[in-house]
Amino acid sequence: MTETSEFPLRPLPALTKDTEAFWTGGKDGQLLIEQCDRCAYYIHPPTGFCPQCESRDTHFQPVSGKGRLLSFSINHRKWMPELPERYVLGIVTLAEQEEVRLVCNVVNCDPDAVEFDMPVKVLFEEQDGCWVPLFEPDGDAT
Amino acid sequence: MNRFPEKQTAITGIGMSEISRGASKSALGLTIDAALAAIEDAGLSRDDIDGMATWPGDRGDGTGMSDVGIPALQDALRLELGWYSNASETAGQFGALFNAIGAIAAGYCRHVLLFRTMYEASARKTGFVNALNKPGDRVFGPFQWFAPYHAYAPVFQQAPMFNLYAHRSGMTDEQRAWIAVTQRKNAGLNPNAVFRDPITVDDFLASPVLCTPARLLDCDVHIDGSTAIILSHVDAAKETAHPVTRIEAVGCSMRYRNSWVQLEPFDIQCQPKVAEDMFNRTDLTIDDVDMGQLYNGFSFHTINWLENLGVCERYGAKDFIDGGHNIALDGAFPINTDGGAMSAGRMHAYGQVHEAVTQLRGDAGARQVPNDPKVAVMTTAGGPLAGAFILVRD
Repeated sequence: MTETSEFPLRPLPALTKDTEAFWTGGKDGQLLIEQCDRCAYYIHPPTGFCPQCESRDTHFQPVSGKGRLLSFSINHRKWMPELPERYVLGIVTLAEQEEVRLVCNVVNCDPDAVEFDMPVKVLFEEQDGCWVPLFEPDGDAT
Repeated sequence: MNRFPEKQTAITGIGMSEISRGASKSALGLTIDAALAAIEDAGLSRDDIDGMATWPGDRGDGTGMSDVGIPALQDALRLELGWYSNASETAGQFGALFNAIGAIAAGYCRHVLLFRTMYEASARKTGFVNALNKPGDRVFGPFQWFAPYHAYAPVFQQAPMFNLYAHRSGMTDEQRAWIAVTQRKNAGLNPNAVFRDPITVDDFLASPVLCTPARLLDCDVHIDGSTAIILSHVDAAKETAHPVTRIEAVGCSMRYRNSWVQLEPFDIQCQPKVAEDMFNRTDLTIDDVDMGQLYNGFSFHTINWLENLGVCERYGAKDFIDGGHNIALDGAFPINTDGGAMSAGRMHAYGQVHEAVTQLRGDAGARQVPNDPKVAVMTTAGGPLAGAFILVRD
């Protein structure tokens, strides 16, 4: 169980033909990021077009799920009665390609222990057919 | 035609409704008040208005964020227009003004009525409005990437930008407090401001942290009210009642990724190229600018603009604003002289235009910036939204 079990239902993204793979890869424990077949550039958000080499041939590549915390904010406000006061909104840069950034909650960690540039790894929480990527401290990282 | 058509346009009229934390009339009623005041201020009549523009137009959602659009106001005033446009995907709130410049340059119209109406104070009393989304929603659009992470309030959604700025710049809460403290002092001299009682640095530090590093007193204050601006061709402006306040240069570019997440640079937001592009359209430099009316939805936006306009160096705002002297009415670079969105009220960038014109005309009374100011810069919005322009009284 993660700290997130006390939360109300998450709002969820409306899945599209571009984004469905990203939001459902967690079903198989995989963080899937769109990648160019030709030049291997990671394209995020997924669009089916490589801005590096202009290829339209892409696929969804399982990545390590590891990254670093570019920035974060610790919530202190009860925006609604169902919400806990303390939780963390983070922006993670992906290990495979730094300019791919993912929004997340940083979980399994005391909010006050969250630090800039902290190594993190992905985990998933399923809700209504969406496998939401979350991140937790990566104790194995060097 | 001049290479930069904005130089052929001028703000000839300004109008503002009553600004309050709960209006006695409708959002449309407030808008009519502001529009009629602006038309009269320009020495014009309804028959002279042949263009209309606003940002972002009627959202039809009753959240108060933008409940009045062009059709409702055009019909209420029975205006006959050569051109009209709302503009929500533009260079921030001033996108409506940038489009109006183009319309005047193209000859579609001569006098454009611009307006921005907020009704958030009333709307927030009756519902969970102004949130990015709600539990159980399915979210489309740019905020889908934040949707699952319980980031309901814009201040929380933007806070990672602010936190990275605070981390990299080393700006302390004590230093940042001077944005709120200085603006409140200005608001004390503005009879129309909604929050006028002075505050201190200690008051700022006692205001609750909403989400690190942002405090309640870092945020703008929701109001009911409307602002209207008349933008005219300069040839027509010369016939109007006031000193001409001319558009000197605009920054309306998008040379960066328009994303709240992927935006680079993340901590200083998308403003640097917009400021650079604006200064490339004028012989003026930041040293020629007498004041700034800088967006302050959150204090970090204002702080970022001070650096990105070149008022101070990168990460130098912490020293520049410390003590409040430099940004005071009689300081090196007065900002948000009416109290800004954080104290005068969230007119959503259009209050800034109203104030700049008032100051450049010398009509600001007790809060008048001394030494006959002639040049003001206005900026808007945060994250991947940025627009800026310079207004000059010749």
